[in-house]
Amino acid sequence: MAALDRYRTEDRRALDQLYRRVGGPEAAERLQLTWQWERRQNPAARHAVPWLVREGTAIIGACTALPVRVSVGGRDVTGTPVRERNVAMVYQQFINYPSMTVAQNIASPLKLRRETNIERRVRDLAERLHIEMFLDRLPAELSGGQQQRVALARALAKGAPLMLLDEPLVNLDYKLREELREELTQLFAAGDSTVVYATTEPAEALLLGGYTAVLGEGRLLQYGPTAEVFHAPASLAVARAFSDPPMNLLAARPSGAGLAIAAGPELPLPAGVALGGQAQYTVGVRASALRLQERAGDLSMHGVVELAEISGSDTYVHLASPMGSLVAQVPGVHYFDLGQPVALYVQPGQLYVFGADGALLHAPIRRGI
Amino acid sequence: MARITLDLAHSYKPQPVADSDYALLPLKMEFEDGGAYALLGPSGCGKTTMLNIMSGLLVPSHGSVLFDGRDVTRASPQERNIAQVFQFPVIYDTMTVAQNLAFPLKNRKVPEAQIRERVGAIAEMLELSGQLDQRAAGLAADAKQKISLGRGLVRPDVAAVLFDEPLTVIDPHLKWQLRRKLKQIHHELKLTLIYVTHDQIEALTFADQVVVMTRGRAVQVGAADALFERPQHVFVGHFIGSPGMNFLPVEHAEGHLQLAEHRLPAPGARTLPAGPLLVGVRPEYLARAEPGAAGALACQVLRVQDLGTSLMLTAEVAGQVLRARFDPDARLPAPGETVWLQVLGEHTCFYQNEELL
Amino acid sequence: MSTTTKPVNQKAWFLILPVLICVAFSAIVPLMTVVNYSVQDIISPERRVFVGTEWFAAVMRDEELHQALLRQLTFSGAVLLVEIPLGIALALSMPASGWKSSAVLVTVALSLLIPWNVVGTIWQIYGRSDIGLLGAALNAAGIDYSYTGNATHAWITVLVMDVWHWTPLVALLCFAGLRSIPDAYYQAARIDGASKFAVFRYIQLPKMRGVLMIAVLLRFMDSFMIYTEPFVLTGGGPGNATTFLSQYLTQKAVGQFDLGPAAAFSLIYFLIILLLCFVLYNWMQRVGTQAAQEPVA
Repeated sequence: MAALDRYRTEDRRALDQLYRRVGGPEAAERLQLTWQWERRQNPAARHAVPWLVREGTAIIGACTALPVRVSVGGRDVTGTPVRERNVAMVYQQFINYPSMTVAQNIASPLKLRRETNIERRVRDLAERLHIEMFLDRLPAELSGGQQQRVALARALAKGAPLMLLDEPLVNLDYKLREELREELTQLFAAGDSTVVYATTEPAEALLLGGYTAVLGEGRLLQYGPTAEVFHAPASLAVARAFSDPPMNLLAARPSGAGLAIAAGPELPLPAGVALGGQAQYTVGVRASALRLQERAGDLSMHGVVELAEISGSDTYVHLASPMGSLVAQVPGVHYFDLGQPVALYVQPGQLYVFGADGALLHAPIRRGI
Repeated sequence: MARITLDLAHSYKPQPVADSDYALLPLKMEFEDGGAYALLGPSGCGKTTMLNIMSGLLVPSHGSVLFDGRDVTRASPQERNIAQVFQFPVIYDTMTVAQNLAFPLKNRKVPEAQIRERVGAIAEMLELSGQLDQRAAGLAADAKQKISLGRGLVRPDVAAVLFDEPLTVIDPHLKWQLRRKLKQIHHELKLTLIYVTHDQIEALTFADQVVVMTRGRAVQVGAADALFERPQHVFVGHFIGSPGMNFLPVEHAEGHLQLAEHRLPAPGARTLPAGPLLVGVRPEYLARAEPGAAGALACQVLRVQDLGTSLMLTAEVAGQVLRARFDPDARLPAPGETVWLQVLGEHTCFYQNEELL
Repeated sequence: MSTTTKPVNQKAWFLILPVLICVAFSAIVPLMTVVNYSVQDIISPERRVFVGTEWFAAVMRDEELHQALLRQLTFSGAVLLVEIPLGIALALSMPASGWKSSAVLVTVALSLLIPWNVVGTIWQIYGRSDIGLLGAALNAAGIDYSYTGNATHAWITVLVMDVWHWTPLVALLCFAGLRSIPDAYYQAARIDGASKFAVFRYIQLPKMRGVLMIAVLLRFMDSFMIYTEPFVLTGGGPGNATTFLSQYLTQKAVGQFDLGPAAAFSLIYFLIILLLCFVLYNWMQRVGTQAAQEPVA
């Protein structure tokens, strides 16, 4: 395993949550996170590390009481008090100094470091975050989205090598969240720091790119380049956590040519897949893999519509079927009546197979970009 | 069940002059009896104000509200017989679930036997039958919201049920269940339902007709597909869809649309006015084209993002950013390369002064 | 992979050392002195005899003490019975916002600002039949009012004085509690067709539970320890009709210089209050956790 690099933040709340959820220091001991911050070699390489978190436990902290080594850039900082570590943090609640104007808020980390040219840099950052017209206002006079931008500007002003964000967009309007997400992606790409972004939404992790660490109940489930983690989830837990809408998971047993999904179709397995002779398997079908139009070689699944959620770009159809509840993501706007029978089709090659222990046995082969 | 007719404006200032003085700009709207409507818009657009005017908690400064032709502008919520479900569950903590549901009927002095029957029926519909004797204060947020909703539905002659962002406190994985429940209730009871939200999925799923609002103005009323295919206002194009519509500012002159040094043929099938226009095309409909095809532009790829279920291409042309959505298996050029995107097509919309042409 | 434990910062202990010293000096050491006195018979400053729990037994058997305790409990009970409902009613009728709200808040709080012995003096003069407004008015109305001669009149006067002095505290606490109720509850009640009384019973009262508990706790403790006001007003009289526990204790200790029994009694007094506070506090906590499970608006 590579060197243990981990940060502890000012926010002990995250740590306390960890203890309470996981139930005791012994459980938290198993939390061994190992990864390496990639130094920025290639300008195109992303170094944002979105952490995908299940059950809302935002982990941006390490255990203080347990034997753990934290090092930054090779330097051991376990014993360093938080103030001396060079970390910038953005919280879920828009936290700004309430009695200081926006300009003073953004300037505060610069002033603490006794930098020069503060005014120009403040203006620069404000322009990048589109808040330059609010420089003289107090944070309380701004809307939620604007306050969060001020918090972000302040974090960027600090110019710390590590930036931590704890679900910063969750308290914002739907559309505002989309806009800020886009801007954040660009800001992180333009900046120099390593970014750790905690979120419960798979879409955010995917948009930010870089690397993703999927966490659940205090354990690290998988870590790797985001696209890889998404397309090849190492276990059922990761598949469940890292997909929105959630991946359809169907019980299956071995049969003849491959697997028979309980109360469903037979799935012929592609060559070279080692099933390992287990008794029970789980077949995973992504919502986006299910289609309304049939193509040659498709498997079909039938069900009755419980709800069709329309998002404009897509329609999410919730079905009740003999195999259990299914969700399909169909592009475009489609209207369904409640209780309408519907048939969905999927290519066998797009199915995931998980073993009885939840480990991934087969993932669809992707034709590369 | 009632047909609600609005012909009003609302301002918090005594003498409104400019548009910005109005919380709700003058509007005329009709909500059909038994229809499901959504008021969709960002924070501060006036949707909650409109809802409160309809429920009677707010009196409009100008204009009137009619229920089935009857003027109820100054009538109280009781007199209008409406029900409202708020952002966070409002329940009477000292009472049980059954007592909560029975409360509005008790206040009207309905006989005991009838109350019991009605409460039983509503509890069954909301899947609360097993919890009728539990104390309401101890239940989860979604059960409490169901109780709030039940209190509104328990009156057999309720005119309309109004929802003010009711799923805000509900856990995300439970939201779709409540949405399904609301749709079922609409299907069974055929009540007039009006739903306020800033979340487009909620609005488009729940309502037959969506009223898109911004800054005190209702910019479009329509079904989900109409809002998606033919947004009548630039704001609707931007707000609906994830991400929203791409807009390109062009100059229309002599049968050509000019965007900096790029030239597109003006579509012959329609007569567009001369001058500055906006070309709107959704990322879902922005496809790749052959180099040099009519109605296509050469753009420089900025980045390609793998969103799992699709690929998002962000490209730049003449300083404008375009986003296009592709299948996850598509092969796309790398950042820095050129890609030709078909801008003009049957799904493209044209706007002048933010309105659809 | 070597590991280090994060060093625990012990400096915090040094920061509270000054506070510890102050508290020890002003409270703990004197308390220990009282404990010391309570187990000794102090015949004169030079002669002390250790008597163990004799004083405690004597105090418990003291008939006068039982009387004083009974009077005290009756008084505290009466105080709560009058002040809590009155305070709630006052809070309900106070305007919620605007300049009127501030004006009313200040006016209501005025009686809380008066030094306690001045309160006693005010009422002492107020109730006199010759120069007091109340006394003169009552006598003119035909009632033979005298708080120095009539035990019942003295009781009522002390009670009314306490109500006048402390009801504003209850009112202010309830006012704060009422302000924290989100508007949506009132709106929902309007829509449900609830009457004003139903709104009070089902929305306002339950939501004020927390502050009411605080109010009851505070008023009970304060009234149980009351000394200055009745002492100034009636001096404990007529006879010992209004001699409450604290005054009885002072008479014993200072008046008769019986330090032993006085010390024993004050320890018992302290323990009674501690026990009652503990009970009320736990009740408050239980109510508080119930309230905390509800969503915060």
